[in-house]
Amino acid sequence: MITLERVGKTYPGGVEALREVSLTIDPGELVGVVGPSGSGKSTMLHLIGALELPTTGSVTIAGNDLSQLSDNRLAALRGRTVGFVFQQFHLAGGVPAVDNVADGLLYAGIGLRERRRRAGNALERVGMGHRLTHRPHQLSGGEKQRVAIARAVVDDPKLLLADEPTGNLDSASGAEVMDLLRELHSGGTTIVVITHDRDIAAGLHRRVYVRDGRVTA
Amino acid sequence: MNALSRLLPRDVVRVGAVGLRTRPLRVLLSAVGVAIGIAAMVCVVGVASSSRESLDRQLALLGTNLLTVGPGHSVGGESSHLPVDAVAMIGRIGPVTSVTATATLAGAHVYRSDRVPPAETGNITTLATRNDLPDTVGATIADGAWLNAATARYPAVVLGAGAAKRLGVTSVAPGVQVWLGSRWFTVIGVLNPVVLVPELDYAALVGWPVAVSELDFDGYPTKIYARTLDEAVGAVRTNLAATANPEHPSEVAVSRPSDALVAKDAADTTLSALLLGLGAVALLVGGVGVANTMVISVLERRSEIGLRRALGATRHHIRLQFLAESLLLSTLGGVGGVLLGILASAAYSNYQTWPVVVPAWATIGGVLATVLIGVCAGVYPAWRAARISPTEALGAS
Repeated sequence: MITLERVGKTYPGGVEALREVSLTIDPGELVGVVGPSGSGKSTMLHLIGALELPTTGSVTIAGNDLSQLSDNRLAALRGRTVGFVFQQFHLAGGVPAVDNVADGLLYAGIGLRERRRRAGNALERVGMGHRLTHRPHQLSGGEKQRVAIARAVVDDPKLLLADEPTGNLDSASGAEVMDLLRELHSGGTTIVVITHDRDIAAGLHRRVYVRDGRVTA
Repeated sequence: MNALSRLLPRDVVRVGAVGLRTRPLRVLLSAVGVAIGIAAMVCVVGVASSSRESLDRQLALLGTNLLTVGPGHSVGGESSHLPVDAVAMIGRIGPVTSVTATATLAGAHVYRSDRVPPAETGNITTLATRNDLPDTVGATIADGAWLNAATARYPAVVLGAGAAKRLGVTSVAPGVQVWLGSRWFTVIGVLNPVVLVPELDYAALVGWPVAVSELDFDGYPTKIYARTLDEAVGAVRTNLAATANPEHPSEVAVSRPSDALVAKDAADTTLSALLLGLGAVALLVGGVGVANTMVISVLERRSEIGLRRALGATRHHIRLQFLAESLLLSTLGGVGGVLLGILASAAYSNYQTWPVVVPAWATIGGVLATVLIGVCAGVYPAWRAARISPTEALGAS
């Protein structure tokens, strides 16, 4: 599903975020990328999510070598193959949950009615079927993250990337979100969770430790 | 390979509107900037058109076929006078339908009473008039009656609208008299303002016979008014001088009073062009306001842009979104401005008792102008938004 081959990423200004990283993640895996802040794990997520291109080496996602793709192809890859979950949820304020989720299909060229129908189904799947018309400010942190997860999976991506998904949540809500991710994983989705929390990482099938831009184990 | 990302056209409008809905006050303020410019321009065009329409209707009512003949100057420079029989001669021109004359009585001044010092003439002209004057020049009686064959021979006077006001004659009652040429004249009527011949407004009009018998009038007309058939105005105009004074045609001044009204309107048009220019400047400033709002909107929404990129938006989709937002914003201002401009023109035209005319090209042009402004104001912000990297926009995730 994901292959990183001798990947290096250097930002303008000379900051070397990743060097010589090689990593393979197979379809159906539930992987934790663990490391302290500044270790380069976010950069790794950006590369795996096709949000950025590597400076050296190659990144292959679902058979696509990123360096060979145009901006349009990269956008399509992000839209169709990858689902993103962020620490800050990134929900549109004042917009009902169902429409926030439906935005996950906005760039798939699907009509609004069908988008809403599928958004409703996705919200059912994450246990938020009773909150369709609630706006973000009416939801708890855990509920917001579940809406964000519904948005990430509404188009049935093969790969789900979660960047510190429990970072802004209390431990009970965090555990619920992790349960939800495990549930999605058992449905066949490849999931990569980025976290600095070793307890969270302990509940995942495989852990990749990153430190100073290198994979250590 | 994945199917490429697609954004349906109506979703372009939807995402463009999202930015407007979430910041209503800022949107309103920058739309008002555009609206003021458009309203100013529509209003200027509307007022000018309404004024023009009003003039056209007035001219249609008054007719543009009135010609006036007056004495000019001789070769030597001294003022000449028209021959006594000029009126009769002009009347014999075929297309002339009616002809009449007045004569200025330079020595006869009119006063409210015999106690008023002679120097305080009030700048009112005393005119001897033929009885058919009102029909020819289109004058109407506001109060009382016009001169007839009988009253024209006696000391009776009809006052122009302005003259009546200056003399303090508010109504025509029996026994109201004015001191005219050192004798009492009875006021028998007051005229409405005469649009085509404004000099009658500040005149005291007495009968031709009484002027001869009582006011030392020599019988020479000073102004001849002739109505012609509409299609013959030009032809009559060229022949009028020679007919009025065959001996000295060059000493006759011929004019067409409706030309003066048209010229006045043409002067207004120049002013309108200036105001239109000011409106365009206001519109430009409004456009800069829209661009400013859009730049800020892009800066504030970096994380939204990043999210959209993660959800599959291409650079082009982001560009479209912000162009659509800019376009909606300025069109909102444009439509509001056109409505405002129409309202303002209507209000002013009503105040002036003009018919309300706002040309369609002005309203359509106004909206099109704002569309153009929306595109221009949106291009740079949209370009900036599209260049924002998805990760940069997602910030510290």
